[in-house]
Amino acid sequence: MLIQLVVYEAGSAPRDVVTRHPGGLGGTVVGLVLVAHSPELVRGLRAMVAQAAPGVPVGLAAGSAHGRLGTSAPRVLEALQETLAASRGDGAVVLVDLGSATMAVEIALEEATEAERRLTRLSGGPIVEGAILAAVEAAAGAGLDGVLAAADGAAVVPKLPGDERG
Amino acid sequence: MECGSLPAGVRARAMSATWARAWLRASAAAVAEQRAWLTDLDAAIGDGDHGINLDRGLRRVLEALDGAETLVLPTGDLLEWAGRVIMGSVGGASGALYGRALQRAGGTLRAEAAAAAEPRDPPAPDGTSAPAGVQRAGPGRGPGDVVGRGPGDDPDGPSSSGPRNGAGDRVRVLVLAFDAAVEAIGALGRASPGDKTMLDVLVPASLALRRSMSEGDDVPAALSQALGAAALGLEATRPLVARRGRASYLGERSAGHLDPGAASSLLLVRALVSTCPDLPRDRRLPGD
Repeated sequence: MLIQLVVYEAGSAPRDVVTRHPGGLGGTVVGLVLVAHSPELVRGLRAMVAQAAPGVPVGLAAGSAHGRLGTSAPRVLEALQETLAASRGDGAVVLVDLGSATMAVEIALEEATEAERRLTRLSGGPIVEGAILAAVEAAAGAGLDGVLAAADGAAVVPKLPGDERG
Repeated sequence: MECGSLPAGVRARAMSATWARAWLRASAAAVAEQRAWLTDLDAAIGDGDHGINLDRGLRRVLEALDGAETLVLPTGDLLEWAGRVIMGSVGGASGALYGRALQRAGGTLRAEAAAAAEPRDPPAPDGTSAPAGVQRAGPGRGPGDVVGRGPGDDPDGPSSSGPRNGAGDRVRVLVLAFDAAVEAIGALGRASPGDKTMLDVLVPASLALRRSMSEGDDVPAALSQALGAAALGLEATRPLVARRGRASYLGERSAGHLDPGAASSLLLVRALVSTCPDLPRDRRLPGD
């Protein structure tokens, strides 16, 4: 749950809205950008993330410029910029579905500013599991590299009964 | 040389805007005509949309090719523009790869043209006294821009560099542009020859161009060599196991099929050869 505080000081204008996340320190909230070929896929995944880790900004970039299955570099850049704005300087971790989506991300990053690049990390983890694990980390207040590590490590998180991590 | 007769000491561009436009048209026509073939190849080892996507992108290029904005573009800028259109409208990996390749090739040609236009001798007459034509407004007007030209004229015009070995230098610049395209695809796609991709056509073609250059071939001869190597390169993709792209998910099952990206690359190389302005009659390709 987001708790929004508006602080007034006597005789002055209201200070900026402060948004605090229960788990975060000082409102740190790294965002996620989901880059995939299918718009339906990422919409569904964002809904899952919202359920597991409310308050984490999630940007979506899926489908080609023509609304077909595919990826679009301009849309990735747009989604990244939206997410970076929502995460207010805490950065964003990008997840992709297949290898060709990586190209769209790379092209988008080339068009981005140096500051935007410094605040972005690209994960090679699986998009669904990675998004959920990364979002949970982000909701707990982890920094950019902590969230990236969660996304990257998602592939080896055991899913099947009887698979125990060493 | 292609632009009719040029003043003495003036060197023609490696690739005129006229040729570049003809190439883009011929490429669009070839891909449209072979769309079903490309789709079938991609259906066998990919997601089946390569023909459709590339056709759409090239049609987009074609639609805007005769617009006021693109008519005045010199070659380098034109190819960069085409690259941007393709990147935005083809989608998928091939849009990004072909788009980036054209941007880099265009950038190389633009840089070479700028270097060539640095005055070494007194500038040759460049047609500024020609009858009223299209004047290009805006900042940064340089030697490659259209000044006082008619609508049918080549926006590159003559350059004002001193005398050089014309034919050899043109091949050299083509090699540089081709290499830039190949390097862009390899870097963005993280691919190498043997991965069963468009590089398996384009790298042999670029090597053949380079060999031709060292043997002193002129542009048409060099391109013929490149086309031969490209055709062999496509057939050589048949037994390969894909290591990149959607086909790589099929593993061993990708062997025994031609690579669709390599196939479309061959079409583009073929279009480059068939539109080469200096191609002698006996080297014209069947059907041209």
